[in-house]
Order: sequence, then C-alpha cells, then structure tokens
Amino acid sequence: MKKSLYLLAAALLAAAAATPALAEDTITIGFTASQTGKLNNDSTAQKRGIELWRDDINAKGGIKAGGKTYKVKLVTYDDESQNTRVQQLYTRLITQDKAQFLISPYSSGLVATAAIISEQYGKVMITTGGALEKTYKLGNKHLFQIYSGTSQYLKGALAALLEKNKKPSIAFVYENDPFSKGVAGAVRAEAKKEGVTLAVDESYAGSTTDFSPIINKVIASNATALLGGGHYADGATLARQLHEQKAKLKWVTLLVAPDSPKFAQLGDAAAGISVPSQWEPQAKYKPDFGPTGAAFAKEFTAKFKIVPGYHAAGGYAAGIILQHAIEQAKSVDPEKVTEALNKMDVTTFFGKTKFASDPKEHGLQVGHQMVLAQWQKKNGKLVKEIVWPDAAKTADVAAY
Amino acid sequence: MIGILASVIDGILVGAVYGLAAMGLTLIWGVMNVINLAHGAIIVIGMFILYVLVYSFGAEPYVAVPVTIVVTFVFGVALYWISVHRMIGQAHLMSLLSTFAVNMVLIGLGTAWWSTSPYNVPVNVPGISWQRYTFTGTHIAAAIVAAVIAGLLWLLLHHTRIGKAIRAVSNNRQAAELCGIPTTQVLAMAFGLGVALAGVSGTLIATLFPFTVLSGDAYQLKSFVVTVLGGLGSPAGALFGGIALGLVEGIATPFMSVSWIPVLEFGLFILCLIAFPRGIFSFMKD
Repeated sequence: MKKSLYLLAAALLAAAAATPALAEDTITIGFTASQTGKLNNDSTAQKRGIELWRDDINAKGGIKAGGKTYKVKLVTYDDESQNTRVQQLYTRLITQDKAQFLISPYSSGLVATAAIISEQYGKVMITTGGALEKTYKLGNKHLFQIYSGTSQYLKGALAALLEKNKKPSIAFVYENDPFSKGVAGAVRAEAKKEGVTLAVDESYAGSTTDFSPIINKVIASNATALLGGGHYADGATLARQLHEQKAKLKWVTLLVAPDSPKFAQLGDAAAGISVPSQWEPQAKYKPDFGPTGAAFAKEFTAKFKIVPGYHAAGGYAAGIILQHAIEQAKSVDPEKVTEALNKMDVTTFFGKTKFASDPKEHGLQVGHQMVLAQWQKKNGKLVKEIVWPDAAKTADVAAY
Repeated sequence: MIGILASVIDGILVGAVYGLAAMGLTLIWGVMNVINLAHGAIIVIGMFILYVLVYSFGAEPYVAVPVTIVVTFVFGVALYWISVHRMIGQAHLMSLLSTFAVNMVLIGLGTAWWSTSPYNVPVNVPGISWQRYTFTGTHIAAAIVAAVIAGLLWLLLHHTRIGKAIRAVSNNRQAAELCGIPTTQVLAMAFGLGVALAGVSGTLIATLFPFTVLSGDAYQLKSFVVTVLGGLGSPAGALFGGIALGLVEGIATPFMSVSWIPVLEFGLFILCLIAFPRGIFSFMKD
C-alpha cells in the first residue's frame, strides 16, 4: 500500500514537471482597468481595445519571436479609478501573476502611480491613456507612451480658433486633475505666445455636478470661446449645462468627454462641440503592420455594437506596438524588447509611433499627432468629423 | 452685478432640491434618532427610477415624481423592518453600521446592474431668459416641485392624525405609546417618509444633472451640511438650510475659484456646529 502511494506521488510529480513543456508558450501581460468609479467610461473602452488585440493575435496563432510562438494571456483587475488600488494591483500583477509585460491603467494620474511600480521592478510598460508628460521626465527606463503628450491637446484647437478669430476672448475652465492641469499649463504658455488673454482661467473638482455658477461666470466675462473640461462625467455635464443655459459661445472645445460615442446621447447639447483626439475612425494612415483604421473600427463595432473612440484605439495600439517590439527583439527578454522599442519608428492604424530616446524624457511619444474632431449635425444626425489639421480634415468647422 | 443676481437665483433653485433631500435625513433623525447612512444610495434609487421610467417605459419625466414617492416609501418601510427596527434605542453606532451596510449593498447592486458610467436623462422644459442669462426650465420646475412636496409634508405633519402621531412619537415615544399610539408602526411610517423624500429629491436632481451610481455621496454630504444649518430634526429648517447653502454657493462663486467652495461650505458647517449647535434655523423647530 505504502509503496503504491509513493509510486502515485512520483507519477504525479513527473506529470507536473512535464506540463510546462507540453503547454504552449504564453506571454502574460498585466494591466488594470477602471471597471468602477469615475473613469469607468473611457477605461472600459481602452480595456476593450486591448482585449480585441489579444483575440486578434491569438486567432493568428500568437506572437512569433525567436522561432517560438507565444499565445497572449491578459491578467486584469478593477482598479476602481483609485491610485491606491493601482499601487496594490500592479505590485500583485508583477509579483504574484508574474506578468512579463505591463500595459498602463487609464488616465494620467493612475499611469503616474503605475509607472512608479513598473520601474521599481524594471518591467516594460506601454502606457496608453496617459498623456501627462511629467511622468516621462523622471528618468524612467522602461516606460513607453502611445498617446501624444498633454502639451499637444489644445494646440490644435487654439490654432484652429485663431484661424477664425485673431483676438478671441477665451474662457478656460478645466478639471483639477493631473492630466487637465498638464494641458492647462501648455494652454497658458501657448496663449501667451499668441498674445491672447484668458477671460476666465479656473479649475473645478472632478466630482462637480452643478456647473451653473461657473457658466454664469463665463457669461459675465463676455467670453466667446470656451476651452477646457477634463474627463467624461464632468465634461458631459458641462456640455449639457452650457446648452441649457444658452451661453452665447461661438466655440467650445472640451477634453476627452466628446470623444466617446456616448456623448451623442446629449443630443443638441453635443452639436458643435469639438474635442482634441488621438485618433478618429476616418483617419487614413497606411499601417506598416496590423489592421487599417477602417478594419479595426469595423471589427470593434461588430463586437461591441459601438463605434470605437480614441481610448479604444489606444488600447489596441498599445498591444500591437508591444507585439511588434517583441517580434523585432526576437525574444521576450525585457531588455531586448526595451531596445526594440527605443529604436521603433513605425506607422500603425493609430498613426506614427516613435519614442524619445533622450534620457531626460525617455519614452515620451514624439511621432504621433493629434487631430481636432467636432460633433456636427448632418440631416438631423450627429456625426463626428475631423476639422483640423487641413491634411486630415473630413469637414469644415461648423458653428457651435 | 447682474451676474451675481443670476448666480443667487440659480443657487436658490438648486438649494430647494438640496433642502428636500436633507428633509428626508432630518425627519428620520428627529423621529427615531437614527442617522440614515443609506441616504445617498436612496437618492440614487430615485435617479434610476427616473432613468428606467423614461428609457424603458417611455414615460414623461415628471411622472417619475409620484412613482418614486410610492416606490421608495414602500421600500423605506421594508428597510425599517429589515435593518432599523432592532437598532432603535441601541447605541448610535449600531444604526450607523446597519444603515451603512444597506448603503454598501445598494451601491453594490447598482454597480452590478448599471456599472458606474454616467447616465443622462434629457428633460425639456422651456427656460426663462433674462439679459444674457438663462434660468433653465428644469431648475425652476425642480424647485417648484420641491416646494410643493415640502408644503405637503408640513400639512401631513401638522393637520393629519398620522402626522400628529409622528410628532407625538418624536417628542416622547413612551408617552405616545401610553396614549394608545402604535409607535412601532408610526416609526416605520416615518422612516418610509424620510426615504421617500430622499428618493424624490434624487429624481429631481436627475432631471438637472447627469448622474452615476456613485452620485449619492456628494448629495449625502450636502444633506449633512444642510441639516446642521437648519438644525438636526427640523424638516422646515432643512428646506431653508438647503436654500441657504444654495445661496452661499451662488454668492461666493463670482468672487472665488470654485475649488474653494467646499472649503467654504464645510468651514460654515464647523462654525455652525460651534456657534449654533441647534441650527441657524432652530427657532423654526416646533
């Protein structure tokens, strides 16, 4: 009896030891998404983008590198839109789930937190949905940014606005979170350079639900244009109240919120509002590899019954860039993949991707360009058109 | 100057709705010495009743007002028997914990059903334009509905048998019981009323602003400030406290950055606790 037990144990041990060799090679990629909390809307889109990339690459067999094929395994948790959770969960992803590569959470604030952990452990992290440039200027070595930085966000809106009106009176009203404050700094510098004064320059808490006091202030200032916003929940509310209170503005550009297809739910309140966008489905970049914009949009729409915005596209782009780097490195060794990312200069459906190699701002996105999109009413239906820059535009700017 | 006046009017309109929410909280406290920490979650129930009625049943938005009152009243009575009844007369911590648990359960269920994305119910009521400022129809309608409901509550409390019973229990439960008032039923009824007030204020807030499952927190906090301003346990004080809070917000914003408003509000809260522990409007308490 005892002998047979020993035999059984030995057989089990042997089987256990043999399994890894029999199983397919996999790459574990970890990230968190805000499935609850205030960042839920955009973060969910980003998560869907990443998952769609995983499905696509696994359907093709997996990532091919150095004669091996790796299936992609995603490990993900809900970070509840909170920094503290991101801190705990990225540590967990690295130490317990043994994630080999990381993709960032959504929003600049959470990315900054995740980046501290990923750098501590020397893990390669592709960031998407993290535009704040400061994060990339702290001497990080394994951090790579997919999005254009915060300084790019309202540059296009300001340029397009100045084309129409040389001396606009601008009200600048923005959320007091790291991302929007990053954008704000750039706007102030740009406005100063152009000799434009800001009639209102004020921040609000992300939890603000009633914007009427702010809007009354904007009306009192006689501003003709409003720039600002922050994320989805506050931006949607601000847009709705601007419309209801009939603030007589000729130009409204809000960050982030109007990019979401859900923004069209606001109906007439959405018409005329423009948004700086990292990517739009109409963009016609010729990809060096991966799907075209149209193919991505079609597949995404078929799967999730909603047109992808740039947060979804950014998620997919993060996956495809990481995949390309692993293929180029012919290895899953983090240092070799880092080297491949450092050298990368490619065009995907998302546009150009190139990372700064200067150690002072290593990993900062320097290739990608943003566009300005605007919700326009055509035959009673709301559509989002690219209105700036001229090279990419699909329609002229319409009145707000 | 006109800008300030516009802000003040806006403040009063929204303040009336804050006041209505706080009336629910303060009524429950006044009658049974229970601070209902599920208050915010109940406000959210009111918001989603509006959303479901408009999107799933195609109802007119303001139909949701009576529906919410009925649904949340029944819910409140049930909640009383489930989580509050056995805590009456116990240490405050007990009822705080039990209502907080209810709060977590409700938010958890809501998150599972609707996630925490923002929802928006467009309500079209023509507004009133004055100079360059527009007072939105929804704000005016919400303030009127809030005032009407507050008036009805006053009539109920002062001119009906059940109202008198509630006030009697609030004053002295033992004496009321000795007079033959079925105090347990009265407590359940009062709790239901308080919950219904929170619910209907949620419905009204949802006609004004987009909302999420987590929106209740912000309004629950405001309700606490309002009840302290108006005096804990005084429904009429709560309404005026709400309007006062709206006024403060309206008057202060033109002069300071909006991020300072919470500092001002909670500064006022502390000041009020020190200087007028029974509430600025405590003279109105019956």
